[in-house]
Amino acid sequence: MNDRGKIIAGLAIFIAIVTLPFWFNMGKAAPVPDPKLTAKAKAAKECVESTAYMRAEHMQLLDVWRDTVVRDAKRVYVTEKGKEYMMSLSNTCLDCHSNKTEFCDRCHDYASARPYCWDCHIDNPKGEN
Amino acid sequence: MNNKYMISFIAVFVLFFLAYLGTEALGLDVLFGVLIPYAALAVFIVGFVYKVMGWARSAVPFRIPTTCGQQENQLGFRQNTLDCPSTAGAVVLRMFLEIVTFRSLFRNTRMNFREGHKVSYNLEIFLWLFALIFHYAFLTVIVRHLRFFLEPVPKALQLLETVDSFMQIGLPVLYLSGAALLVAAVFLLLRRIFIGNVRYISLASDFFPLFLIGGIAFTGILMRYVTKVDIVSIKQLTMGLVTLHPTVPEGIGGLFYGHLFFVSILLAYFPFSKLMHLGGIFLSPTRNLPTDTRATRHVNPWNYPVETHTYEEYEDEFREKMVEAGLPVEIMPEEQPAEEAEADSPSEEKE
Repeated sequence: MNDRGKIIAGLAIFIAIVTLPFWFNMGKAAPVPDPKLTAKAKAAKECVESTAYMRAEHMQLLDVWRDTVVRDAKRVYVTEKGKEYMMSLSNTCLDCHSNKTEFCDRCHDYASARPYCWDCHIDNPKGEN
Repeated sequence: MNNKYMISFIAVFVLFFLAYLGTEALGLDVLFGVLIPYAALAVFIVGFVYKVMGWARSAVPFRIPTTCGQQENQLGFRQNTLDCPSTAGAVVLRMFLEIVTFRSLFRNTRMNFREGHKVSYNLEIFLWLFALIFHYAFLTVIVRHLRFFLEPVPKALQLLETVDSFMQIGLPVLYLSGAALLVAAVFLLLRRIFIGNVRYISLASDFFPLFLIGGIAFTGILMRYVTKVDIVSIKQLTMGLVTLHPTVPEGIGGLFYGHLFFVSILLAYFPFSKLMHLGGIFLSPTRNLPTDTRATRHVNPWNYPVETHTYEEYEDEFREKMVEAGLPVEIMPEEQPAEEAEADSPSEEKE
């Protein structure tokens, strides 16, 4: 009994699968996403909260906003510094970040995050661009 | 307390803090982010090939298929082709179902005494169920992680993510496979700790992979749902690894390096551990040999060439003496050997 041929074929397939990412990316550069700020966002200097907080927790913030608005009908968000904002994706977030494809999508696509915000919201409520 | 699982638990704990403190306090990001993962992958591939080739070289002295059904026969009994296959096709089907649904494990029973002394065998389904959950959850988690290694992320992978998170629990949406992996790993661990007769046969090498995989799932869940790591930097690191241009971005955090170190340890440990059942399942002789032991001859590769002396050779050697002694022979010598010799000799010369 000698199945060495079959075993080697199986091993070759296994190694091809394990090293798949190396083959898939061969000769390709993987540019790091570079989200662009609009002029308005740049001028505002800071978002609703600090940049570090927004980078890590923006989805939580939006989730809380949605629940607070829809369930409690409260529309005013008070930041840690005491500033007040309307809790609205379309009117507050997208007011500055009106460039979804160059801002939101850059990182989301890279990390394969597909938020369901846009199932309901249109990404350009003011009809700009 | 049992030192077998305590040692494994402490080992996993120490490994985590090695990576955590190594990157947070000593700044060994390149070591834990690039060098160790590459080394681990190399050890995994070379070790895996070495192990399997060792098995391929091993002789199979005789067929040992296990039969769990009626064998092929000429008596009119219907053959159980799946559990007692006699053809290659049926063997492939048996192997496929074994690998995909763990049929052997499903057959697991537990003996009980009923009414004092009556023996009964009950279906013991939970090991099979949680083993199945564990393996499929782990597979899904591994495939899902390809999003960190492929750019652009393929559509099929995005579909898998959507299916895996279809309950839309929390934000970021909960991946069911991650939770299932942790739950199943904990079940398999508690089974080994709390069931006495299983604990008795459990070794540190049984506990260590469970703690390690549990640790991988736990740190992964922590990063995604609790502490929030910078996923863009992490993909930058992982893409650097697979495009062979390693880069180590700032500020990824010790928790990620702990997670990555766990995975590296798992990869490097894999070929030398029970986890090699990944390759071994394909080579189980009780599963992958057809039950045709009476129909085809299985030659043992160990067999050395045996010197034989058949009766024909014996008679050739002693024919004349046998005839002289009056013993019966199968081929009578010719009446006139001299004539035959004359007739034969020219032909021999021609040759």
